[in-house]
Amino acid sequence: MLNFKRIPLGAWIGLILTGLLMICALLAPWIAPYGNGEIVGDVWEPMSWTHWLGTDNLGRDLLSRMLYGARITIFISAMATALSFSLGAMLGFMAAVVGGLLDMLMSRIVDLLMAIPTLIFGLVVLSVLPANNLTLILVMGILSSTRVYRLSSAVAADINAMDFVEAARLRGERLGWIIFREILPNALSPLVAELGLRFIFSVLFLSALSYLGLGVQPPEADWGGMVMENKDGIVFGIPAALIPAAAIAALAISVNLVADWVLTRTTSFKGGRD
Amino acid sequence: MAKVQMPPRREMGVLLEIRNLKVEATVYSPGENPRDVTIVDGVSLALKRGKVLGLIGESGAGKSTIGLSSMGYGRGGVRITGGEVLLNGRDILKGGVQGLRRVRGSEVCYVAQSAAAAFNPAHRLMGQVVEAALLHGTATKAEAEKRAVALFTKLRLPDPKSIGYRYPHQVSGGQLQRVMTAMALCSEPDLIVFDEPTTALDVTTQIEVLAAIKDAIRDNGVAALYITHDLAVVTQVSDEIIVLRDGKMVEHGETRQIIEAPRMDYTKALVSVRSIEHEEKEPTPKPLLSVRNVTAAYGGGAVKVLQDVSVDVHSGQTLAVVGESGSGKSTLARVITGLLPPIAGSITFASRTLARRLADRSRDDLRELQMIYQMADVAMNPRQTVGTIIGRPLEFYFGMRGRERDKRVAELLDEIEMGKGFIDRYPAELSGGQKQRVCIARALAAKPKLIICDEVTSALDPLVADGILKLLLRLQKIEDVGYLFITHDLATVKAIADSIAVMYRGEVVRHGSKTQVLTPPFDAYTDLLLSSVPEMEVGWLESAIKGRRMESAGN
Amino acid sequence: MLVNSPLVRLIAQRVGLGILLLFAVSGLIFAGTQILPGDVAQSILGQAATPEAVANLRRELGLNDPAIVRYFQWLGGVITGDLGTALTTRQEITVTLMPRLWNTLFLAFWAAVVSIPLAIMLGLLAVRYRNGPIDKAISGFALASISLPEFFIGYLLILFLAVKLQWFPSISTVYDGIPFVEKLKAIVLPVIALVLSVLAHMMRMTRAAILNVMQSAYIETAELKGLSALDIIRKHAFPNAIAPIINVVMLNMAYLVVGVVVVEVIFVYPGMGQYLVDHVVKRDVPVVQAVGLIFAAVYIGLNIVADVAAILANPRLRHPK
Repeated sequence: MLNFKRIPLGAWIGLILTGLLMICALLAPWIAPYGNGEIVGDVWEPMSWTHWLGTDNLGRDLLSRMLYGARITIFISAMATALSFSLGAMLGFMAAVVGGLLDMLMSRIVDLLMAIPTLIFGLVVLSVLPANNLTLILVMGILSSTRVYRLSSAVAADINAMDFVEAARLRGERLGWIIFREILPNALSPLVAELGLRFIFSVLFLSALSYLGLGVQPPEADWGGMVMENKDGIVFGIPAALIPAAAIAALAISVNLVADWVLTRTTSFKGGRD
Repeated sequence: MAKVQMPPRREMGVLLEIRNLKVEATVYSPGENPRDVTIVDGVSLALKRGKVLGLIGESGAGKSTIGLSSMGYGRGGVRITGGEVLLNGRDILKGGVQGLRRVRGSEVCYVAQSAAAAFNPAHRLMGQVVEAALLHGTATKAEAEKRAVALFTKLRLPDPKSIGYRYPHQVSGGQLQRVMTAMALCSEPDLIVFDEPTTALDVTTQIEVLAAIKDAIRDNGVAALYITHDLAVVTQVSDEIIVLRDGKMVEHGETRQIIEAPRMDYTKALVSVRSIEHEEKEPTPKPLLSVRNVTAAYGGGAVKVLQDVSVDVHSGQTLAVVGESGSGKSTLARVITGLLPPIAGSITFASRTLARRLADRSRDDLRELQMIYQMADVAMNPRQTVGTIIGRPLEFYFGMRGRERDKRVAELLDEIEMGKGFIDRYPAELSGGQKQRVCIARALAAKPKLIICDEVTSALDPLVADGILKLLLRLQKIEDVGYLFITHDLATVKAIADSIAVMYRGEVVRHGSKTQVLTPPFDAYTDLLLSSVPEMEVGWLESAIKGRRMESAGN
Repeated sequence: MLVNSPLVRLIAQRVGLGILLLFAVSGLIFAGTQILPGDVAQSILGQAATPEAVANLRRELGLNDPAIVRYFQWLGGVITGDLGTALTTRQEITVTLMPRLWNTLFLAFWAAVVSIPLAIMLGLLAVRYRNGPIDKAISGFALASISLPEFFIGYLLILFLAVKLQWFPSISTVYDGIPFVEKLKAIVLPVIALVLSVLAHMMRMTRAAILNVMQSAYIETAELKGLSALDIIRKHAFPNAIAPIINVVMLNMAYLVVGVVVVEVIFVYPGMGQYLVDHVVKRDVPVVQAVGLIFAAVYIGLNIVADVAAILANPRLRHPK
């Protein structure tokens, strides 16, 4: 069982912060003081009691925008992560267990996809695809799935080579038992840690795309898009753009802290109860 | 430099004296606070000049730690926390870092277990061999290299003049071990620490390295600490032996006394290991398993690993398949189990012809032919409890469920001398011997006719291994199961086999009943193999070297 | 060295494989711009476009030919140095691109000059004081900086160093004939941003590479010969650590080249990255293909260098049996 006393401080900070941001995202329409697109004041008003984080480049309440932005940032990243995981892990496991031609073919395709930097290939593809959220999820999910594929096929191949899997084969067990009962329970921890890292990657990737104007399209805005909207204020000393940027950093760091903790638990893993 | 200040050598004086040594280490286990454990506690010993002292014990006995303490060295976070290490009359622990550096490589040198890892892959051998001598100023470069070549010759290395210009990866394991011995001798130290120098070698290679080391020690008049877990090996080289257990000294005495008249119970147990009583059974008229003219290869026939192999196993009896690394003995197991389909030959089992491929075999074929592995900890799924591990074959082959299954698991646990209490444990919570017992129970659960045992005792300490062998023999009597026992250890073979097959480079060179195989006249390889297995007998090494007919297989 | 030595053969093999990969990648990039279901010309011009305009664009893009023909035409051009014509500006891409390529390389070069020695030094420091406070601080910093988006670092730098302290310009303007010192001053902030984005990763990997060597048995052998710490590092650790470190450095340079894209946009620096982003927004496919291919080529090239370094430093390959 999970022992709460043994969770290190860093992981606690990560868990609490991640939880908090998730709650903000979920409850945005109910807790946001103003509407998402509502113009409520002057351009770039400083922080005040009416506008806790000030207003943005069009005079919209920044706090409300941040809450709605959390929603869309986390939603798209989570969907892309889910896609990359189901695709990458499934194919990776199959490749490792079935082996042979299937393994070779898929591994070569993944090698090829990984030979181009993700951001660059993302930009190339987005130059022709329609700009909408579904495109973003698909592009991010598929590009990210290559790393999941590499990891899961490597982990599964390692476990597959162990004597206990051979023992199961010699017993005459079917493929289903071998994948789900022998390999999966032992591959779970590294995959969970990777899930966290993929999510961070998705958040940063999405933010970069939106910042470059290629991600979420107006009037909707995620955090990266809000950085772009407010970036011109920086030269006048107005820090509005830094607030969504800091929120991205906070989300990434907190998820990273959790993933790091899961990973150390993995490396110290010897099986048994935990 | 250091040697100038030393008192003049007294030929028979005490060279090394360790008093009340205490060594501790900090253990970082996951989820717990780091804690200190004592590895060596209150060990004292004295070694005279030119003498060899053997340190023997099972894993965790602290023998390497004691050996390294004579150089003031603690491996990986290990600290010497108490006692004195007097070398040539000085306490080296009080000399500070500079003092230790003057001792290491000049007064004391070290020979590691794996020379292949201990040599720097980026440099040629010669530079590394003479490095310490040059560093401590005991010789000029030309002198040191001349001395190194002389030592290579002495240690019977091939091509002694040029071997120094090779890189470590260009030289075989047995040769590298001898080069490392030359490296230790090159700076003419007073003491050499040998840390299991032959353990990683094949048995036919081991004997040559052992003989070379022994001669070199004697001719150079150097003293040595010889660390090993193998009592028969240490008997050949040492004047005195210290038996260690859990970081404490058990017994200290002359070599002859320790092996012929041990005083302590633990020593007696170590000495009498493998003296298992087993009466050889007559072969039955119809063998249970019959392997006929099997040839197998990897890479689609490119690399032949088995050539025309034929062996028989009889019901309720043990066939020991013996050979060195690369002899093909484990491949034979893979062929019999169907993991590696043979390219020629046939396998008959319980009067049926077995399909070549695993996938084509019937469930009864699979059930009646079970396997036990060398590494018990990777042979069990770490995420399953002992109950699941043993229970799965019961479910799978006999459809047992619930209480019926649990009852049978409990019976099996009883049979392997482990109580019901283990049923909910995970493999990580078992000792090495217990793990192997659970693997045995898993095999028995299928009610097999034949169990293939692949080096099942090689990874275990001698006393634990002994327990496993005795258990296997007892179970054979009860269940009437046949064993195909793969091993490189001839002592094990002699203890348990009814018949023997000797394998060499993918072929069976000798096959028959135990008495037949072990009675002369021998073929050349069997002779070499048999004559290479160290016996617990003073003076065995000299007579064995004299009587050899065939050069070692590896080198 | 003999021409048919396994070392040369292996390197030739690796380079050959890299070139093959580059061709495959060019195919993939080309295919990546063809995946749109329906009419590319229509979607570029939008629904409001007249049929004549669409037909014109189709002709211009050569869309009436099959994709495979267009690919080989494009590839033939690339090999002969002709990257095609930009749709939006009607200028030759090669002409516009070259000065920008130099600007980007200039920026990446200085980021490398700063970050490589710094990362190796910090990595060594982390190994020297392993598990101590310095090591922990360094790995904490590494964790944080991997999670920070480049624009967060970038705008922090602008806000404090350019706007508040006014040490450096907030926009990295460079032009033809700019004095060298001015040019250096202009790129200080983007260089810092780039350095911070690769430093942590490079340092962590350097640390792991050195630790791996320091824990080898031959280091213990050297210690037991009585060698000083300095000699052990110089004679025994360094020759074995150099290859993995070069490998780490090259992999991070590849990463740096990609990081350039966002950093250039932040500081409005006239390099390849900005050029790419601008034309993705304008859906100028020929430019995107050309710049994407160049980025991929640099990335693959650096990866090849990393592998060749590893091959060269392996004594088993340099001195075969």
